[in-house]
Amino acid sequence: MATEILMPALSPTMEEGTLAKWLVKEGDTVSSGDIMAEIETDKATMEFEAVDEGTIGKILIEEGTEGVKVNTAIAILLEDGESADDIDTAKSEPASAPVPADKEQSSETAPAAGMSHPEPQVDTAPDWPEGTTLKQQTVREALRDGMAEEMRLDEDVFIMGEEVAEYQGAYKITQGMLDEFGAKRVIDTPITEHGFAGIGVGAAFGGLRPIVEFMTFNFAMQAIDQIINSAAKTLYMSGGQMGAPMVFRGPNGAAARVGAQHSQDYAAWYMQIPGLKVAMPYSASDYKGLIKTAIRDPNPVIFLENEILYGRSFDVPELDDYTVPFGKARIWREGDDVTIVSFGIGMSYALEAADKLAEDGISAEVIDLRTLRPMDTPAIIKSVQKTNRLVTVEEGWPQGSVGSYISSVVMQEAFDYLDAPVICCTGKDVPMPYAANLEKHALVTTDEVIEAVRKVTYK
Amino acid sequence: MAAKKTTKKPNVSADELKAYYKDMLLIRRFEEKAGQLYGMGLIGGFCHLYIGQEAVVVGLEAAAEEGDKRITSYRDHGHMLACGMDPNGVMAELTGREGGYSKGKGGSMHMFSKEKHFYGGHGIVAAQVPLGAGLAFSDKYKGNDRVTFTYFGDGAANQGQVYEAYNMAEIWDLPCIFVIENNQYAMGTSTKRSTHSTSYWERGAAYGIEGEEVDGMDVLAVKEAGEKAVAHCRAGKGPYILEIKTYRYRGHSMSDPAKYRTREEVQKMRDERDPIEAVRNMLLTGKHATEDDLKAIDKDIKKIVNESAEFAKESPEPHLDELWTDIYATEVPQEA
Repeated sequence: MATEILMPALSPTMEEGTLAKWLVKEGDTVSSGDIMAEIETDKATMEFEAVDEGTIGKILIEEGTEGVKVNTAIAILLEDGESADDIDTAKSEPASAPVPADKEQSSETAPAAGMSHPEPQVDTAPDWPEGTTLKQQTVREALRDGMAEEMRLDEDVFIMGEEVAEYQGAYKITQGMLDEFGAKRVIDTPITEHGFAGIGVGAAFGGLRPIVEFMTFNFAMQAIDQIINSAAKTLYMSGGQMGAPMVFRGPNGAAARVGAQHSQDYAAWYMQIPGLKVAMPYSASDYKGLIKTAIRDPNPVIFLENEILYGRSFDVPELDDYTVPFGKARIWREGDDVTIVSFGIGMSYALEAADKLAEDGISAEVIDLRTLRPMDTPAIIKSVQKTNRLVTVEEGWPQGSVGSYISSVVMQEAFDYLDAPVICCTGKDVPMPYAANLEKHALVTTDEVIEAVRKVTYK
Repeated sequence: MAAKKTTKKPNVSADELKAYYKDMLLIRRFEEKAGQLYGMGLIGGFCHLYIGQEAVVVGLEAAAEEGDKRITSYRDHGHMLACGMDPNGVMAELTGREGGYSKGKGGSMHMFSKEKHFYGGHGIVAAQVPLGAGLAFSDKYKGNDRVTFTYFGDGAANQGQVYEAYNMAEIWDLPCIFVIENNQYAMGTSTKRSTHSTSYWERGAAYGIEGEEVDGMDVLAVKEAGEKAVAHCRAGKGPYILEIKTYRYRGHSMSDPAKYRTREEVQKMRDERDPIEAVRNMLLTGKHATEDDLKAIDKDIKKIVNESAEFAKESPEPHLDELWTDIYATEVPQEA
């Protein structure tokens, strides 16, 4: 049967083109792969190859014709034994437009921000039952205990990174783990972040539960392609067939006097990525409870730690299997006049500011988000409905900050409750300087938080 | 093109030869059809065809066993067909339909099959190399004797992460076969213009990894080299490199005018070194098959390919709710 040869789309964006030149004439025989014509697209002149065998029965569009729409018949191809008389019967394979999906479908199942919200549903259950014995533990010890507990429970969990094994951890987070779990499960890597992050993701595809430690998240910038393009997107790209259940962890943000390249806070960067979960704990109990949840989570989790917090001690419950769920904020301090929302080391400033403000009779409610994705925005909204004022606190940069996202959510969902504009206290919009006095100013300060609260409370 | 290692007497049965012919022809016809559907606007975006390189995947799949893994770049249709994935599912993914391997959410460059141990389908040049080493790591960790075929091109071979992966694969003895599909052009840049030493497999020596160059237009040579590499990895001797010299007849992607090489160069390769023609001749001259036998195979293949195109056109677009699924897993995916 004679078939129409259609004007091809030769680039992702081509809608029409110029039929620059015919390289065959009527009566010529062609076979698959022969060049039939030159076609100018929006990008380049392309050669157009025959796909089927046959004889050119008729040329329908003269060479030199401009603006030939894609899928216009440009010639007729005859099969063996056909003649030009068969041309009338020519049929093109219809380039049927994609079957449109049902227009009635809606995407309202989407977790869209901006919808008017009913009463926010907030889980206010305490993290541990009343009467639980507590012990003082550093963040460092709690984090290690959490990882070690999970490694005892699941043989497929292993940790890899620079200096995690024989050196006992650059920040001693993995102290003693090589002795307990052996070199098969506590693995020193060469200094090759891009490579070992990719190997970790591949191992997760293969069914293991890797913990990839970055000596700091600043170095993970070398690996960010593997974290985002490979770990975060594969579940979606594979239609749910496979993903990367794993944890990327390490210290994030400024330490002390380590300069611009070792001091960046990546919270807002990772928080933006669908497919990732992001935890950034403050207290030792949350480090322990959240790392255990992170290791068990079937998705890639970014676990942002802080070097300055590693040595701080907090109450940690003495429970056999203490976990903290993702997406549940913790209210550290109840108050009526203003809501201060923070996470990670930002909580130090928030809590210190709240203490000082209390001396002046200003009652601040302090919320620790603990995880940024998922984020417990209902807890923020509920608090703002009570206090009518909001200040956010973080060490990261102002433009595209975590606070600016929170601010937009609160504006959309609790606009009528606000009695003052939201203020986002952030690090300054500069690379981190080395000089001690400059560094102190570059970070967010307790005084700035106090100042912001006074502004929004008009006190 | 180094074609020194042409195979002498093929140590292969007539049935095997026929199977390779069939598998290679399926890829060729499938890709031609994909090119056609692209021209009709049914396939969008990027579409990288495998035409000319068929002997690479068919030869290596002949050396693989059940449970072995494979991972590759965005020029992935041939790998999927060769490992037994359903042409309907592949073509429907190309058209972005519900019946595609990724429910239409991946496209040409992003397809996966847990069942066939095919781990993608990756769009960032060379990112699949550490991922492949990681898959091999998982098998070594579990203590089985599976191997992973990690495919990448001559373009990827200049990325730093390839050598990061080589280094770790060797110090940890990972059962990973690094397969460099050297088709001589990284998009439009020839290996001669991009690379000082174009014998890529030799770079393994710096990491203590053995390897060799293979004639990628000869499916039997590829199979033989593949068997050697597999044996090396299964024996616990660590990774192995196969640099397979091949050639793509089509442009880098559908929108490539291919002005960086002459028409004659391509035609010469097609006329003299075509991997499918070579097996066809072997079958005929060895009297393993008649012209009619081969015609019957051609007809079968055409039917499979046409059916896949029909399926890919008929399959509906994904439901809009699919936009919001598969972003987060609720349970850990189980190994196939």
